[in-house]
Amino acid sequence: MPKRLTIKNPQQEKRLYLRRLIVASLAIFVLTIILLTRLIYLQLIKNDQYVTLSQQNQLELLPIEPNRGLIYDRNGTLVAENIPVFSLDIIPDHAKNIPETIKKLRKIINIDPNDIQQFYKLLKQHRKFEPVPLKIKLSEQEVAKFYIDQYRFPGVIVNARMIRKYPLGEDLASVVGYVGRIDPIDLQNVDSANYSASNFIGKTGIEKYYENLLHGQVGYQQVEVDAGGHIVRTVNKIPPTPGNNLHLTIDSKLQAVANKALGKERGAVVAIQPKTGEILALVSNPSFDPNLFVKGISSKDYSKLQGSPDKPLYNRTIRGQYPLASTIKPFIALQGLDSNTVTPDYTIWDPGWFQLPNSQHVYRDWKRGGHGYTNITKAIIVSCDTYFYNLAIALGIQKIDDILERFGFGSKTGVDMPNELSGLVPTPAWKARYQGNSWFKGDTVISGIGQGYMLTTPIQLAVATATLANRGTRYKPFIVKTTATPGGQVAHTKPLQLDPVMLQHKKNWNIIINAMQGVVKSTDPWGTGRLSFGNNHAYSVAAKTGTAQVRGQTERDENEVGQSNIPKRLRDNSLFIAFAPVHHPKIAIAVVVEHSHIAGIVARKVLDYYLLTEKKHHAATGPHKIVATS
Amino acid sequence: MPLLDRIKSSQQARPLPGVLLRLLMRLHIDIPLLLGLLLLMAFGLFILFSASNQSFALVSKQISNLIIALIAMFIFAQIPPRKFKTWAPWIFGATLTLLFAVLVIGAISKGAQRWLNLGLIRFQPSEIMKLAVPILLAWYLGDKQLPPSLKEIGVCLIIIAIPAVMIAKQPDLGTALIITISGIIVLLLAGIRWKLFASFFVLMALSLPILWHLMHSYQRNRVLTFLNPERDPLGSGYHIIQSKIAIGSGGFFGKGWLNGTQSHLHFLPEHATDFIFAVCGEELGLIGCTALLVVLIYIVGRGLYISNHAQDTFTRLLSGSLILTFFVSFFVNIGMVIGILPVVGLPLPLVSYGGTSMVTLLAGFGIIMSIHTHRKLLTS
Repeated sequence: MPKRLTIKNPQQEKRLYLRRLIVASLAIFVLTIILLTRLIYLQLIKNDQYVTLSQQNQLELLPIEPNRGLIYDRNGTLVAENIPVFSLDIIPDHAKNIPETIKKLRKIINIDPNDIQQFYKLLKQHRKFEPVPLKIKLSEQEVAKFYIDQYRFPGVIVNARMIRKYPLGEDLASVVGYVGRIDPIDLQNVDSANYSASNFIGKTGIEKYYENLLHGQVGYQQVEVDAGGHIVRTVNKIPPTPGNNLHLTIDSKLQAVANKALGKERGAVVAIQPKTGEILALVSNPSFDPNLFVKGISSKDYSKLQGSPDKPLYNRTIRGQYPLASTIKPFIALQGLDSNTVTPDYTIWDPGWFQLPNSQHVYRDWKRGGHGYTNITKAIIVSCDTYFYNLAIALGIQKIDDILERFGFGSKTGVDMPNELSGLVPTPAWKARYQGNSWFKGDTVISGIGQGYMLTTPIQLAVATATLANRGTRYKPFIVKTTATPGGQVAHTKPLQLDPVMLQHKKNWNIIINAMQGVVKSTDPWGTGRLSFGNNHAYSVAAKTGTAQVRGQTERDENEVGQSNIPKRLRDNSLFIAFAPVHHPKIAIAVVVEHSHIAGIVARKVLDYYLLTEKKHHAATGPHKIVATS
Repeated sequence: MPLLDRIKSSQQARPLPGVLLRLLMRLHIDIPLLLGLLLLMAFGLFILFSASNQSFALVSKQISNLIIALIAMFIFAQIPPRKFKTWAPWIFGATLTLLFAVLVIGAISKGAQRWLNLGLIRFQPSEIMKLAVPILLAWYLGDKQLPPSLKEIGVCLIIIAIPAVMIAKQPDLGTALIITISGIIVLLLAGIRWKLFASFFVLMALSLPILWHLMHSYQRNRVLTFLNPERDPLGSGYHIIQSKIAIGSGGFFGKGWLNGTQSHLHFLPEHATDFIFAVCGEELGLIGCTALLVVLIYIVGRGLYISNHAQDTFTRLLSGSLILTFFVSFFVNIGMVIGILPVVGLPLPLVSYGGTSMVTLLAGFGIIMSIHTHRKLLTS
């Protein structure tokens, strides 16, 4: 260290200070260059990247729900429409305490616990600035009540939404089905982006089967949002594309007639136009109000529907599986004739029972004392069990299964409805596999009268009846007749021919159909259909009755005594198949009624309405034109 | 500084035309420095108007703040430098007492305490410290033989450390940092040896772990977040990420005045105060930022010029420290906003919205002007 001077040297200090100032200036220069370099790096070199980030910050894509396609019946009656309703929505971002808000809301508006559960599910799927519906359908009183207290509920709004309405309610529930709130499982099966604005999805029926046509294409609006997620303005908008409108083959009036004819009985009616496969009526009774599901069914209503012994939610037309009972006889008879197993003139003596050789077991005819001398025509008219026990044994199970499968039993008809069941045509292999038992001759015997393992759905039975009416030509049944895009393009469903039932001798059709006419003919006093269907019809009809036991085989003897004094759930099912007019069939029908004998009565009402009442009406109003626009 | 010399010489060459300018000269106002400051203030108000979402209320509040600050500057400019020299120990002592009072009240209210409420006026004693520390150091070293001895350096460090530690405890790390820097600048200008300065830095580096240990957790977070902003993108890193997006998306020309989305849609936090430079970067682009830096360099240049022409050690050290501290505040704020320095919570001088810091700052400029205009003009 140099020796310090005690006297200040101003000139030296001034020089020292200037040197320091120069160093400071250099430091300032360097630091400023650092700032500028950094600014150039951020603003020029990385500019593109930051512009993108800034846009991502400020622009949000908001989906817009498309309007669901409308559904009309074959006469142009609207059966599923969209109506505006007021819903109670919460914007999560604006509501401070959601559980507290809901608690307070419940004091003025009745909110179902299910709705709340649903709301929390939806909450996770929505962004914080999107309104999430809490209650879909508010009554006018509820809207008024809410508006009085609205200041107490920040972030809660009343929103106008479109919801589905089924103006015909119960009558078409089994066909059209319903839409319900989307749940995460639904989203796995669809393009979730397309459903980002949607609240509803088809859950059953046509609504489910044609979901992708009905839903439409989601639209978007690009909005500018601030850091809090609030929408500042709309930058760009791509409107949604509405779903396609559907026109059904169903005649909603005929459907209503069938529904009414069934009354309170459990059962199903399927009516088909034989020349095309169009389904005119698809009735499962008792039905339910599909509108309940749209706004979110209350748990009370749902458990009532689920718990009802009538099983209203169960679509009997495509999922109900019943023994064919005597309605099997025309098909087996046809096989008997065409395989030359029996001739039209072949006659048996019916003592009222049948026994297999080397067996003690007695198979009884439904008529005590029997039908006496019986050929194939009489066997169909009087539904002679003994004749068909004999024929079944003569044919063997393979030939029986063969004819049934050719008519479409045992496999799905492929109708455009979800969750159809296939019924069952049992084979010895099937029995070995599923029953763990070998096929007995007795199994074949009872197959002859449609009992045993054999099962059909009402729609299968109707399709088979239409095939009889067409003398072998088969059509795939369908419900959606045309689809119309929002642009006005109309696509018609072409009737699809399936493998026809070919006979070696075409005259065999006439023998069977003539016999089926006898079932309901006034000149034939023994026709089984005479009592229920009646014989004074103004059009020609071919029909067959069926009575399926619910109890075991051994109790059959007592059946004729009358069923009014046995418990309802043990009474026989009644079946009825028919088509009319016989030579140019316009309608084929299958009716199954559980634990009741009214199948024939129901069939008569449906045929009368379709062939007599509605025909007159149509002649007066002229044919319906399809409206393509939404 | 050839440019500044030219400005100066041009002023000397032509007599000042206006009566107003003569008057200002009489009032001890340095016109080039005043023009630079007014330019910066105008620039600041221009950005603030946009940053506040075109709030006339906020801008007029800021204008009144500026007027108060300008009055303070004017008053300080009238006080001859020798008075500051005389008062130096008293100013420092009084401010230290106030600082102590703040700490005691802060301890009572169990929270961060920076304000002292004296009925009508609320103010932060730490702000006065920004002036008191350089004044005291300049006073202390002013009569000593320079460069200062080790003992003198030790005394200076204690003078710096006492208020700095007290302010850091408030806790107000930003102000403590600025006060420390202003003190160190005095030492550097006083001619402290570079070797000594370097060894001091090494000592600082070694004491970092201890400092780390003494820091509040939010302060530690700030440092950690500075080192890696993506560490906490929604928490403390959010500020830096959003301000980098704002500046980066501005590009060369900017998005245009009032058109910044980052600030107007509130993605950028504190866009009217600490992060106002990001608004400048977003809306006025690289051009606007460079213009701001040019104004800054002009003011700092003028300040250094004045400092170089100061007539004794006290005024030299004081003016030099004040003007360089001004630059450092500017640099630290911008450095923080563009992500090269940690977020320390310092405003951009004269541009950010806020009252107290502006008054002290312009009072400091008043001292600089006083130093320049109270010179005894000798003919050499």
